[in-house]
Amino acid sequence: MKFGIVKFPGSNSDEDAFHAVTDVLGQEAVWLWHKDHDLRGADVIILPGGFSYGDYLRAGAIARFSPIMREVVAHADRGGLVIGICNGFQIACEAGLLPGALLRNRSLQFVSEQSRVRVENTETRFTNQYAPGQLLRLPIAHGDGRYTADDATLDRLEGNGQVLFRYVNASGVVDPASDPNGSMRGIAGIVNDRGNVLGLMPHPERAAEAVVGSADGVALFESVLASVSV
Amino acid sequence: MSRYRVAVHIVPRRGILDPQGKAVADALHSLGFDGVRDVRVGRHLVIDADASEPAAAERAVRDMCAKLLANPVTEDFEIANVEHA
Repeated sequence: MKFGIVKFPGSNSDEDAFHAVTDVLGQEAVWLWHKDHDLRGADVIILPGGFSYGDYLRAGAIARFSPIMREVVAHADRGGLVIGICNGFQIACEAGLLPGALLRNRSLQFVSEQSRVRVENTETRFTNQYAPGQLLRLPIAHGDGRYTADDATLDRLEGNGQVLFRYVNASGVVDPASDPNGSMRGIAGIVNDRGNVLGLMPHPERAAEAVVGSADGVALFESVLASVSV
Repeated sequence: MSRYRVAVHIVPRRGILDPQGKAVADALHSLGFDGVRDVRVGRHLVIDADASEPAAAERAVRDMCAKLLANPVTEDFEIANVEHA
């Protein structure tokens, strides 16, 4: 399977994503420059973490107008897979690929830590290699990660099983007090209603090998591989 | 065509947690400004643009807000002023 990893000016998790899909998962990957106009045959697009365009105006607001994003949106409209990680999640929301928005952390502080995340739905193309309710350790590193949407949208996401990951405490329970950024209903990651666009604030690509503290992110990419080979 | 200067306020929508606004409100309270009930911190943009008339300049900036300058999920905007630049 060929992954396409977009480089925006200010991306900083692009190399981690490339390493995870090539060196760890043994898949092919190509770089996609933000000014490119084609996806070079990639099956899965990764919008990586970072601070594209300096987070000017709002995180992700400028990146969504990059030439490559027109192709990424068209790819998603065709049913192609897109994974937005951290800044990529923010960009996907700004581009209208996912509902809601990511606002300044409740604490007003940049949070860089190993988060605890619970898998909420394993019947998706991004989570089928996890166990229901599995607890993961995935790093987070962001200043604007507070997932926000209106109640109707949140109810719809929950009703459709589109909430894939939630922040939980050490006991595996959603707990506003230990939520790292103040996200509504503890939401850390969602999928669109069609099931082909994933957005999440934690970094699965930075949790791909035990030597870096966690390999809990690997199954996310393995889920993608499994969903396509089925 | 004339050149107009359009000022627009963009603020977090009421009801959406604005931690910056809350921090500022807390600081004002600690300074003794007890009457402060709510603070929201937003952005103020001043845009110089060519247009046929003031109303057209305002329309253009409203369109800019809808497409880029404000996030329709979380922010409200209002045109604060339109004047000849």
